[in-house]
Amino acid sequence: MILTQNLGKSFDSFTAVRNLNLNVGAGELLALLGPNGAGKTTTVRMLSSILRPTTGRAEVNGYDVVTQPAQVRQSIGVLTEQPGLYLRMTGIEYLLFYGRLYGITDSAIRERGLALFERFDMADAHQRRLGQYSKGMRQKVGLIRAMLHKPTVLLLDEPTSAMDPHSAKLVRDTIKEMRDDQRTIILCTHNLSEAETLADRIAIIKKGSVVAKGSPAELKQQLLGHPQLEVRVDHHLNGQVKELDNLVTVESINENTIRYRTPNPEQDNPILVRRLGELGLGIIALHEVSQSLEEVYLRVVAEAEEAQPGANN
Amino acid sequence: MATVVARREIKDSFRDWRIMTPIILLTVFFPALMNFAAGRMMAFVSNYGAQIIATQLIPFLLLVVGFFPMSFSLIIALETFVGEKERKSLEPLLATPLTDAQLYLGKMVAVLVPPLLAAYLGMTVYMVGLYFNVGWLPTWQLLSQTVLLTTVQGVIMVSAAVVISSQTTSVRAANLLASFIIVPMALLIQGEAAALFWGNHVGLWWLILALAITAVVLVRMGLHLFKREELMGRELDDIRLGWIAAEFWAVMSGRRENNGRYPNPFRWYRQTLAIVPQLGRPIVTLSVALLGSLGMGVALAFIYRLPPDMLAQFTGDQIAANLDQLQIVARGLPLTIFFQNVRVLLLLALLGTFTFGILGILVFMAPWVIVGFAAGQIFLAGENPLLFIAATVLPHAIFELPAIMLAAAAALRWHLTVIAPPPNSTLSEAFVATAAEFARIFIGLVLPILLLAAFVEAFITPQVMIAVYGR
Repeated sequence: MILTQNLGKSFDSFTAVRNLNLNVGAGELLALLGPNGAGKTTTVRMLSSILRPTTGRAEVNGYDVVTQPAQVRQSIGVLTEQPGLYLRMTGIEYLLFYGRLYGITDSAIRERGLALFERFDMADAHQRRLGQYSKGMRQKVGLIRAMLHKPTVLLLDEPTSAMDPHSAKLVRDTIKEMRDDQRTIILCTHNLSEAETLADRIAIIKKGSVVAKGSPAELKQQLLGHPQLEVRVDHHLNGQVKELDNLVTVESINENTIRYRTPNPEQDNPILVRRLGELGLGIIALHEVSQSLEEVYLRVVAEAEEAQPGANN
Repeated sequence: MATVVARREIKDSFRDWRIMTPIILLTVFFPALMNFAAGRMMAFVSNYGAQIIATQLIPFLLLVVGFFPMSFSLIIALETFVGEKERKSLEPLLATPLTDAQLYLGKMVAVLVPPLLAAYLGMTVYMVGLYFNVGWLPTWQLLSQTVLLTTVQGVIMVSAAVVISSQTTSVRAANLLASFIIVPMALLIQGEAAALFWGNHVGLWWLILALAITAVVLVRMGLHLFKREELMGRELDDIRLGWIAAEFWAVMSGRRENNGRYPNPFRWYRQTLAIVPQLGRPIVTLSVALLGSLGMGVALAFIYRLPPDMLAQFTGDQIAANLDQLQIVARGLPLTIFFQNVRVLLLLALLGTFTFGILGILVFMAPWVIVGFAAGQIFLAGENPLLFIAATVLPHAIFELPAIMLAAAAALRWHLTVIAPPPNSTLSEAFVATAAEFARIFIGLVLPILLLAAFVEAFITPQVMIAVYGR
């Protein structure tokens, strides 16, 4: 598990992360979202015991990142934004090197490494030099490196950024499996649909501070309000919707569609359908308008910008 | 773990043709060329009966043949950390359970081994070729000295380059800083060449010892300075003059200790005096150096005895004859003495900053060697050396010695932060803070005492001398 309390990091006069409070349990995946320079990578580096926090504290798997760095690093797997491979090594040589650093026997490294190469559709590539790998393959080798010693905590920075859709799906499926296997995962990504698909909870960071936190559904509810519904009818609406105003909050009306919000769709929708019928309007469709995480994200980031313009300067 | 890192890096080096090609050329072709040059030189100078020139130059060429592949280690070492940082492969390595020391030593060994093997091989090729060419074989002493010199030079270059590589943020910056290694090494090679040419093997053994100590200091410094935090926490090599000035002033003025407020002069003095107990270890080191330099001066006096007519100048009658003149001169001198002492102490502080304090200690020792030498000659002239020191040095040394000791100790503490910065501050923070504390000690304590000592030296010491020797 990962626990941070008022975690912060400053470089001279620049504050990269401030008062970060996270609690990510076993079998949970937290997505860290935020614009470039928001403090995601600095957070991952602090949780990897590479950077020392300037304020607060953090525990990874029960180990303090400042006083027990060796234990922290032994129990985590890190995928950096750029995999940073040694391009003259073959895939299997690379895994043997990293596996030995974690104290794994060569036979175990080969067995597990080859299984992971196969898992990621690269079974025939393990003897090739990493310099000959495509971008996506290199990213996958980075992920294999992070998973090789079966860490209980994974810190993944943009795991699918350079991948084709098929590879990205393979990686996402693997991440889901690891989460289901009770691993604690932090995923830094700009891919909002990936975050929505994978994350149990999302934290949006802006200028080093968490500006929103919760499950994707909670965030949408918090920031975009109640679900938006759309009803399409078979006749032109000629001002007849005023009848609905005291029932739901109408947001827009077109020729034959009405968009509205209601805090209580189970109760209000049947009444709304009945009233429209009484007005002689036939219902063609009634559905919930999907609200994307992107909207949430953009709104949160914009609000944060208004609230703390140039906070780090 | 360190060996895992070293093995990977060595293997990687052997796979890189850009590293291997020059190493092979320097290992095989360059020694052959040197061999040819040595043979031709022997043939040429023997026409004029000057074989001795060739035989004295051949050992130097052996050293050069070893040095050239070794110098290649510099290029690899300079990019070992910062190159990995640029290629983005460092962060995954830093996220492994490797300790800082394991990572540092693994990298250092990896950088050192291929060029060192190449150097040994090149020297072997040169010697074998020369044996068959002109029948020359080195003595065991020469062979062991050149091998040891090559090795310690390699360790020095690599350890210094690894320090640079771990403290810079780009390969370009590391290469620019390489001149701080190349220039002293070039001077060193010239010194070694001279020693080899003159056959000064005793001097070469001392040089090897000094280089070995320097290598140990550099490795220790590298281990102390190497921090993951430093590698990933900086993106630019800025010269932050404003920050340096602000930090220096904050410590020097006492604002740092007083929550940003200027202390009153009494408080400032009390806090300056509180720095003195932290100078314990440098003071012990300097006291040993002082006793050693006095002993060295006495020993030199016995080795290099002055001619009898000069020794006669040190007899009591001759000293007394010169005292009246000395007294007149001394009265005009207090400020000259004061400024001379200030100048020397500032020189000591300056020279120590880029030599880990070594040149600073040598400047500190120099006058005491002279005092020891003079006391030794006084003894040889049949006079009492302790009386001589008591009459000529002691009156003002009571004040001057503590002042010099304080200044030199504060300077040494400042210089040594480079080798061992305190655990909770960065190198730059510690360096600036100890520099500011040196300035505090210097201004607050050393200057007033030196001024007092200068007046004592100008007005009281001559009186004591007259009282003692004016018989």
